[in-house]
Amino acid sequence: MGTFTGSFKGFGVTFAHMFRKVITTDYPFTPPTPAPRYHGRHILNRHPDGLEKCIGCELCAWACPADAIYVEGANNTDEQRFSPGERYAGIYQINYARCIFCGLCIEACPTRSLTMSNEYELARDNRQDLIFTKKELLAPLLPGMEQPPHPMRLGDTDKDYYVGALENPGTSVGAERAPWATNEAEDATGQASKEAV
Amino acid sequence: MTDVAKKVDTVTLTIDGIEVTAEKGELVIRVAERMGIAIPRFCDHPLLAPAGACRQCLVDIEGQRKPVASCTQTVAEGMVVKTQLTSEVAAKAQGGVMELLLANHPLDCPTCDKGGECPLQNQAMTNGRADSRFKEHKREYEKPIHISSQVLLDRERCILCQRCTRFSEEIAGDKFIDLMDRSSGEQINVYRDDFFGGRGTGDGQAGEGEGDVPFNSYFSGNTIQICPVGALTGEQYRFRARPFDLVSTPTTCEHCASGCSMRADHRRGKVLRRLAGDDPAVNEEWNCDKGRWGFQYQTSSERILNPLVRDADSGELREASWSEALLAAAEGLTAARGNGGVGVLAGGRLTVEDAYAYAKFARLALGTNDIDFRARPLSAEEADFLAATVAGVSDVTYTDVENAPSAVIAGLEPEEESGILFLRLRKGHLRKKLQVTAVAPYLTRGFDKMGAALIPTVPGDEARVLAEDPAVAAALSAPGALLLVGERLATVPGALSAAAALAARTGARLAWVPRRAGDRGAIDAGCLPNLLPGGRPVGDPAARAEISLAWDTDAGALPSRPGRDTNQIVAAAAAGQLGGLLVAGVDPADLADPRLAEQALDAAGFVVSLELRHSAVTRRANVVLPVAPAAEKSGTYLNWEGRLRSFDTVLKTTAMTDGRVLEAVAALMDVPSNHPTAAQNPTKGILLGTGDVMAIRRELGTMPPSRADRPVAPAVAPAALPATGEHEAVLATWHHAIDQSTLLEGDDVLAGTARPPVARIGSELAAALGVIDGDAVTVGTDRGAITLPAEVTRDLPARVVWLPTNSPGSTVGRSLGVTAGAVVRLSAGKAGPLLASSEVTA
Ligand code: SF4
Ligand code: SF4
Ligand code: FES
Repeated sequence: MGTFTGSFKGFGVTFAHMFRKVITTDYPFTPPTPAPRYHGRHILNRHPDGLEKCIGCELCAWACPADAIYVEGANNTDEQRFSPGERYAGIYQINYARCIFCGLCIEACPTRSLTMSNEYELARDNRQDLIFTKKELLAPLLPGMEQPPHPMRLGDTDKDYYVGALENPGTSVGAERAPWATNEAEDATGQASKEAV
Repeated sequence: MTDVAKKVDTVTLTIDGIEVTAEKGELVIRVAERMGIAIPRFCDHPLLAPAGACRQCLVDIEGQRKPVASCTQTVAEGMVVKTQLTSEVAAKAQGGVMELLLANHPLDCPTCDKGGECPLQNQAMTNGRADSRFKEHKREYEKPIHISSQVLLDRERCILCQRCTRFSEEIAGDKFIDLMDRSSGEQINVYRDDFFGGRGTGDGQAGEGEGDVPFNSYFSGNTIQICPVGALTGEQYRFRARPFDLVSTPTTCEHCASGCSMRADHRRGKVLRRLAGDDPAVNEEWNCDKGRWGFQYQTSSERILNPLVRDADSGELREASWSEALLAAAEGLTAARGNGGVGVLAGGRLTVEDAYAYAKFARLALGTNDIDFRARPLSAEEADFLAATVAGVSDVTYTDVENAPSAVIAGLEPEEESGILFLRLRKGHLRKKLQVTAVAPYLTRGFDKMGAALIPTVPGDEARVLAEDPAVAAALSAPGALLLVGERLATVPGALSAAAALAARTGARLAWVPRRAGDRGAIDAGCLPNLLPGGRPVGDPAARAEISLAWDTDAGALPSRPGRDTNQIVAAAAAGQLGGLLVAGVDPADLADPRLAEQALDAAGFVVSLELRHSAVTRRANVVLPVAPAAEKSGTYLNWEGRLRSFDTVLKTTAMTDGRVLEAVAALMDVPSNHPTAAQNPTKGILLGTGDVMAIRRELGTMPPSRADRPVAPAVAPAALPATGEHEAVLATWHHAIDQSTLLEGDDVLAGTARPPVARIGSELAAALGVIDGDAVTVGTDRGAITLPAEVTRDLPARVVWLPTNSPGSTVGRSLGVTAGAVVRLSAGKAGPLLASSEVTA
């Protein structure tokens, strides 16, 4: 007797759920949109003329509790300029096998170069591909931007870039959804180091 | 009585309420430091004179109206000092100074190389105010200007502490930067004289204008290390890493025989920078630029990583497996041993452990004493001198040099050939009572900077000067006087004999200062034709018995006749008398006759080369076995003092030491047939036991000191000076510290700080040739010619010309085929047809 009512109760729960709103998502056909401040994969932003904001200072790597970021600075010259000022990131890598998406690197970045997008599709079928280099991480060129290396177009010194940078935030707009495969950034150093890993 | 003595020597004061006794004259900051009280500071440096330039070390001293700089204030009896820990006044003063220092500091820490290890950054956090009241525009200067190809100066970051200028003036003696201008424009900059056309003001090319003082220092890297902010940075390490990326290993410099201790910082399997280590007994806190920056050779693309074997069919070298190459080497050496014998050229770059492995390999596996480490002009007299007075002796130290009343230096140019010895000599002269007497062709810049008295000496005449000159004997008569001789005296017949006799006669202590890091160790390890390990003479049966006991062989197993030296090995090989050569890191161009050396390598039946990189030897070798560079192995150098300078592996790689490779080769070789045990014990393989550095150290450590008699010093008579005809002169030459040495190859940034090669002639010769400074002068022999700009040099004896031994455009051995003391022809202008044709026909 008790067994009969018991299983009836159980089925009751099941039946009740049949009439509730479905919470599974139709992934990958209609991927859900995460919350605006969701910590997704990183973006290395650009100045409005296309120069890289990253100065290769390694503060992000220093802040990273998971040791996921590898940066090697390099020297800008007048002939080969990637960022305003003296220094740029010759090699920049984030290892998504290690990253815990805490966002401490974003807080550490002194130039607002490093931000996080909402992109979460980061599964890969091998470890090597989980190491993102400048090629994958740099924001794509928007209209009006020019592929570095090129001279400073927005001022004579790096100060001109940083003073007033708040009204001129550069961009990561659109970068979230831009598949990195279409990013034209040439990154010989990044590639070489990736192969060497 | 004791009270009086106490008053003279010590005082008692109170710092932060703690009573402390200090030596009279001690600085307050130093006493506080001893007590564990850290007073923030920038300009204060224990090895530099107090300056009181930055004012960061202000403390409150009772009875003084204002806070006082503790780095210039000496202690006094009953003084009551309150640091920032106990005094509001001191803390406020320090906070204020920090605020002022930061007022014009660009705070570009994220791009600055010093970030993360910056005293300004650190002390701004510990002792600075939380905010700044300075809102105005900061002073701006052009971002870094090149002081040299190596050193960058960012004046915006400079806090005018003057550590760099004090170093360059007090320690190195090269005033290549100085404090300039006044008031808010006061800055560190390079010397220029606008009036005479200087243009060294921030165009990045100091010293290009006519009135500019050219950059000229071998010690500039130290300024980078002691700059307490990021104002001075190095080109080579620019933006390469952050301190937290780096793994630091204490190590020893592999370049010269000074034996500096260093710190090597590496990241991801690559050494990125090296810093001077702190060793008060040796290099204090300094090193030279060669040691600091000359390590690119380890990562050069020329590096050999796999063994090479000459292909029997094609005659070309091809990569081979270790087992194939080792077998080829062992079989080839075994055959060559029975077919004229094998000579061993060990070179001056080996650690003691590796040199010992060569010495043991030559005796046990090759059955010969034909082994010599000297890869330079040499003499038999020198070998006897080394056996008699250098091997196993450690008599003179850096401290002795500093405290000596007088020192005579012959055949040695300390600034070029042993940088840290130069710094010590200079310190002894400036801070103590050292008076240096130089037996040299002219008063070099280095000697000038240590206030040396010159005994102008034509090359070749050193023997006579040492034997007869009363000034030399007088200089050595004071107790504690030192006689320092360089390896270059080897080529002067009788000079080393005279030096030994002079030291014996005057009671002065004698030190032999070689140029390369491995030279001194190779002597004690037995890499000489007349010496077994431990300075034991080959010809002495008792000495051989000691070694055969240590090596566990029969007494008769060790060859008893002294072997051939480098020159004789080369000559024998060139004449086809040697079956083979075993060559460690030797560049034939360094030998007395480079051309003959190359012929010898070609003519020797079988050549085995243990090398780091492709070289003139590997190109001619039958088997090339790659070995580890200094950073990838552990070992020990003996510096010129005879002090052990052990170091650990910096980079752990699979590269093997020479000793390990030799052990593997020996294991595949037959016991020599003339060996007494060969008949009873025909098993293949010789046990060398040199595969492990620790095992060698144990073996050397357990060897009892030799009881064999020390050979007597040689007594070679001086030779007469050669006659010079018209337009002829005697050649003087030595190496520049930064030159075309194999270990500096491809290091363009470092090469940029080398001294420009010039031909030095005296004013008489210049007048006879009709040249003035900067005109081309050609120095020629039957073999070839060298053309360099002339520099008319004061004091140079009339018939002497000086050339750098191995600098761009001046390779004396290769181009002229002679060494110091030879007679060369001189002409103004470029090489004429006569010389050019002799170059072709020679
Ligand atoms: S991303 Fe930002 S924090 Fe990281 S290296 Fe670049 S500038 Fe520095
Ligand atoms: S450059 Fe550095 S060491 Fe020289 S005065 Fe400026 S802060 Fe001091
Ligand atoms: S440390 Fe005392 S004034 Fe600079």
